[in-house]
Order: sequence, then C-alpha cells, then structure tokens
Amino acid sequence: MFEKNVKLVNDVFKEYYFKHFELIHVPTRTSEREFGYQKFNEGMTRHLSIKDDKELHLLLMTQVPSDVYCSNAYYSFPNLPMSEKDWKGADLIFDIDAKDLKLDCRTSHICCKCNSCQNIVKQGINCSVCGSTKLETISVTCKNCMSESKKEVVRLLEILTKDFGIQKEEIKVCFSGNEGFHVYVVNSDYQTLDSRERADLADYIMFNGIIPETLGMNKQNNSKSTLPDVNERGWRGRVAKEIFGSKSKRAKIVQEVISGGYSVFQAKLEDWRQEIGVKIDPKVTMDIHRIFRLEGSLNSKSGLSKILCKDLENFDPFSDACLLGDENVEIIANCPISFKLKNKKYGPYEKEKITVPKYAAVYMICKGFADIN
Amino acid sequence: MIQLGIRDLVKYPFLAETGEYLRDKGFNLEQLGHPDWKPIVEKAYGRIVVATTGQIYGSAIEDFENMDSEILSFVIAIVLLKSAGIPTLIKRFSLSEARRAERYLQRDLLQKKNETKLELPLKIMQDLFSVKVMTDKEDFVISVSDYLKRAVQFHEKEWKLINRRVENGFVFLTAHETVRLIRKELDGYINSKIQAVNIPSIPETFRERVSDLSLLAKKFSEYVIVSSDYPPCIKHAIEVLDRGENLPHSGRFMLATYLLSKGQTADQIAPLFKNAPDYNERVTRYQLDHIAGSSGKGTKYSCPSCDKLKSENLCFEIPECNGIINPTQFGKKRTANV
Ligand code: SF4
Ligand SMILES: [Zn+2]
Ligand SMILES: [Zn+2]
Repeated sequence: MFEKNVKLVNDVFKEYYFKHFELIHVPTRTSEREFGYQKFNEGMTRHLSIKDDKELHLLLMTQVPSDVYCSNAYYSFPNLPMSEKDWKGADLIFDIDAKDLKLDCRTSHICCKCNSCQNIVKQGINCSVCGSTKLETISVTCKNCMSESKKEVVRLLEILTKDFGIQKEEIKVCFSGNEGFHVYVVNSDYQTLDSRERADLADYIMFNGIIPETLGMNKQNNSKSTLPDVNERGWRGRVAKEIFGSKSKRAKIVQEVISGGYSVFQAKLEDWRQEIGVKIDPKVTMDIHRIFRLEGSLNSKSGLSKILCKDLENFDPFSDACLLGDENVEIIANCPISFKLKNKKYGPYEKEKITVPKYAAVYMICKGFADIN
Repeated sequence: MIQLGIRDLVKYPFLAETGEYLRDKGFNLEQLGHPDWKPIVEKAYGRIVVATTGQIYGSAIEDFENMDSEILSFVIAIVLLKSAGIPTLIKRFSLSEARRAERYLQRDLLQKKNETKLELPLKIMQDLFSVKVMTDKEDFVISVSDYLKRAVQFHEKEWKLINRRVENGFVFLTAHETVRLIRKELDGYINSKIQAVNIPSIPETFRERVSDLSLLAKKFSEYVIVSSDYPPCIKHAIEVLDRGENLPHSGRFMLATYLLSKGQTADQIAPLFKNAPDYNERVTRYQLDHIAGSSGKGTKYSCPSCDKLKSENLCFEIPECNGIINPTQFGKKRTANV
C-alpha cells in the first residue's frame, strides 16, 4: 500500500481501536494463547503473549496493527518458538468464504488489478495498458454472496449440533471482516484432536470420501431397503431428504439412481458433494497452530470488523461490521464495481476525484480501488 | 470394582489381577523351577512358537482343562522372552496375544444380553485404553473424538468418519469394529507390560528353552526396511502382512512388482510374506522369481496401474497421489514439478 494511503488508514484504524475497546477483548484462557499482529507494509510479528484487555488495548494504540491475530490453540508457553510451545489443545475452527462457493454472482463483482502499472481491468489475462500478466484478482462482496455463505454456516451448525453433539452455547459465529464467516467451537471433547483427525472431521462436514456402501449401494445386490430413509439422522438422512427428495418424486429418483449400478452411483457422489457438502476451507480446520483473526479487530482487506453475529439471519455485514468514522475524505477512485455500505450505494467510479465517508474511502483503499488525493 | 473370575484371567492374563491371583495361590518362580512343572514350561514355549508364526494361541475358552496352567504358561512365556531379550520375539508375541485377547473381547461384547459379562470388556476398554464404550440397542457407541483418534490410523475408506453412522457426538460400531479400533493399543499395552517386567534370575529348568528362543529368532532376523516414501497402497499391503492378516493374491502381486521395480531383490522381499497365514517358503520363492522374470519364461511383470488397483480395492489414495497413474510414480511427480 502506498505511504500516503497508509497514513490515512492508520489514523482511521487507530481511531476505531480507541473508540471501540468494548468490542475487543482477549479470549478466555488468555495466558495460554499466542498472539500476533501485522502492520501495513510490514511482516508478521507473532509468538506474543498478552496478559489482559489492558495490555491488548495498549498494543493496539502503540502499534496500530493492520491485522490482529490470536491462536485457537492453547500452549504452556505461547511466546516460545513453535517447537517449544508445548501444544495442549485447540478450539475447532471453521472458515466459510464466499470465494469458495462457486457462485454465479462472483463474475459480476470481481476485477483484476495489474501489479506493474496499477491499471484495473474488468477481466482478462493481460493488462490492457502495459500487457503484463501479473494480475491480482480483487473482489467486493454482494448480498447474494453473504446470504449463500450464511446458508453454509447454517448447514455447518446443523452438523456440529446434531451429528457431533456440540451444544449451541459452545459455538460462536463471527463475520470474518471480509467475505465470509468464522465459526469457533469451544468444547473440551474436540480440543485435543490433532491435525489428521481434524482433516477427517473436515471431510465428514464436506461430504468428502463417502463410499457407495455407506448409502446402501453395494457391488452385488442393490435393494431399495438399504438406501437411506428420510427419518434417519446424519448424512444418510440428509441424502434422503435433499437428494432423493419428497415422496412424490422419490420413487423415480431412487429408481434412476439404482439402475445405473455401482459405478454410476459412485460418480454421482461427486455431484452430491458439490450440492450438499458444506463448503468449509479444510486447511483452516486442519491447522492446529494457526493464529486466527481476533474478534473485534479490523480486517485490512476491507476495513470492516471481524464481529460476532448474535443473530445470523438478520446480520448485515455491510452495516453491522462497518464501524469506521463517517467524516468525509477526498480520494481518487478507480472502482469499476459498485458496492453498498450502510445502505448507500457507491460506484462505479472511473478515475474520479470523489468525496466519501471515511469508511467507504478506507474500504476502497484497502481493496486497491482508490488512493488518497 | 468388578470381581474377576479365573476364566477372565485366562482370557486376559495381562491384567494386573493375574499377579495377585498367582500370589494368593502361592506360586513363585523358584517353585516353578521344579522339574514337576516342566510341562508348563513346554506349554509356555509352545505359546511363543505359535505367536512367532503369526498364529493365535488358544482354543475355545470352554475347553481349558487346567486354567491355572493357561495363566502360568502366559507368565512363564514372558519370563522366557525377557531372559532371551530378543525384541522381535517380544513384538510378535505381544501382537499375537493381543489378537487372542481381541477375540475374547469381541465375544464378551457380543454376549451383552448378560450384563455382567459386558461389564468386564467395557471396563478393560475404559481402564486400559481410556475409551468409554456404551451400548445403544444392538450397537456399541463411542464418542466422535475417541473414534477419530484411533480410526485415522486405518487407511481403509470404511473407517473414514463420513462412512460411519454418527449421531449426537457418538459413532456407532459393531462389536468387531469396536475391538478392531483398539488393536494397536492392546498390542502396545501388552508389549509395555512385558517391557516392565523385571526378572532377576531364572530357574535352571528354563535355560534350555531360552536358548531355543535365540535359534527361533534367527529366522526373523532378516528385516525389510519400510520406506516412508511408499505410496499408501504399498504401505497398507505391508501393514496387512505385518499383522499376519491375509493379503489377496492381487495385493501380493502388486507389492512384489512394486518392490522389484524399486530395485529390491526376491531375497529381500520374501521375508515380508513370512507372516501370511498361508506362508510357504518354497511357493513364495517360486512366485517371486516368476514375477521377477528370473525363472521360467523370463517375462518381467510390472506394477499394476492405479486404475487397476482401484478396481481391486487395493488403492488408498491420498492427496499426494495426485495425478499419478502407477504407484511406481509416487513421490516422483512432485519433485519433478519444483
Ligand atoms: S492412487 Fe495409485 S499410488 Fe495412490 S494409493 Fe491409489 S493405487 Fe496407490
Ligand atoms: Zn499494467
Ligand atoms: Zn456475490
């Protein structure tokens, strides 16, 4: 990010942190967590331990980080190098990102920025100005992206509670501050799972690796009776409901599925995974040493806050997580995609000098769509 | 506390209660050195020999003529093994004893209608392996996390959590699966028990069999190095053989052709098959030589393709297999890309 931009964004971030101490707290079991942060145009500082809210707030004010992180893991010595930390366990974490949902709307709100000359093109593999192929994709998020992501969260919550027996009170859903949601599970039973075990858990959630036999399809005899029934629980029940469908259509679909035999059935599983598997990012869930964005902190990719969703259904990230100041600033915007913040539409702008509230200015600067005048 | 009967100790002689029982009955090592006890020493030796061939010692529990001698033969076997001090034999013995206990555990679990019988196997699981097993109608259930911690060691797809019935934090299993899940731990437990035993000196009457054990061990001294760079299908085949389980002919063929293609010789490969239940040295050598092309018509066979292995259920694909068409390519592709 350009120095002149950094100065503005820094000031706005600092103001946010100063005004919103009430949103930013150290998590439980503080002394066992590793903290880390980043500043604009600088590398990551990690392996920190932080005592309490006061120390955290002091760090925010003195360092003014672009991003703040905290481990989901618990360590005996969080501030030692990784090999000496003594890992004790980690909360389960899940990342659902609109980017990974393969939504049709995506093409309408992504574009590319040339790394060599900063030119912005709607799409293509070459920069239309300098011809460079080093293009970086940037995206804004639309309402549809958010409502589809929420649906994935709801599906995830169903599996966590119904299949894994996790209590609602042990689950926390946060807006990630950019294009998705982070889900935390604080449940002692799952905390000690290692990376490989979490990978299998993730596969379960994603409907990954299922064999036809699990759904009652065998190489030898295929009788309808062993196919899943709507009254069953777990994935068999969900397949019965969502794939085989309601009573009227069921007979026909089931007939179709069986008649193809084992190998056709096996091929169908892949389609079904796309359809009903929950689209979490398995790398995040498998990582037991990750430092994960801290709740209440700002996301430097957007200037929006990572914030707890108390009421997921009605949560509107474009208002509820947009908490920066609203004084006007002048910027030069080159933003071919329009977006909405606090119920007001912005853009598209074509290399225009405009005056917008700080939160919108920071949003565009963080995305790479604008520079300070 | 549940009251253990002598039958339980015959089935599970590695339990701590065995020591108490023998002490109460007044047995000690010195006394067992008396020539009168020679048959039990022979029985103990036999128990080890059976174990080293990859078989499981023992018969139906109802047939035990003399339960004390069953228990004593286990204890004396350990004394013999410790005195000989040969890790391979101890490893094979504990594995075989684990498989034996596994049978009884499974049987005890199945007889659950009689609740007093269910108590012991469940307690063994809980105390020795910290797995809380409960029942739900016809099934056994354990927590998802207890399940995952053990099941990820298996490569077979049916052990993936997605291929299990999972409800409310629990995984549903049959008696066989429940016991299968703790096989490794059972083996490890018996092994550690043997390691922990301390034997100051042994009776004169034991010495002959101790030196016989050294001879016995010579047979197993050829060691095949299992490389971590092998693809999962090959690792799995080696593990199956190592456990003394049956590997279908197609699996043996895959293993042999793979290792031959990696430059190993028939001599180096043959010992891998020693644990197979139907092992026959002459036949194995003949087959290996045939595959290697060093006898008969001289056709050299190559390792089957991944597609072929998939259709034979021998494939245990992992992300690292990405894109290869033959196991012999495993591990090569990635380096080529860098
Ligand atoms: S993909 Fe090929 S190499 Fe990998 S496990 Fe399957 S058969 Fe073996
Ligand atoms: Zn350019
Ligand atoms: Zn969208």
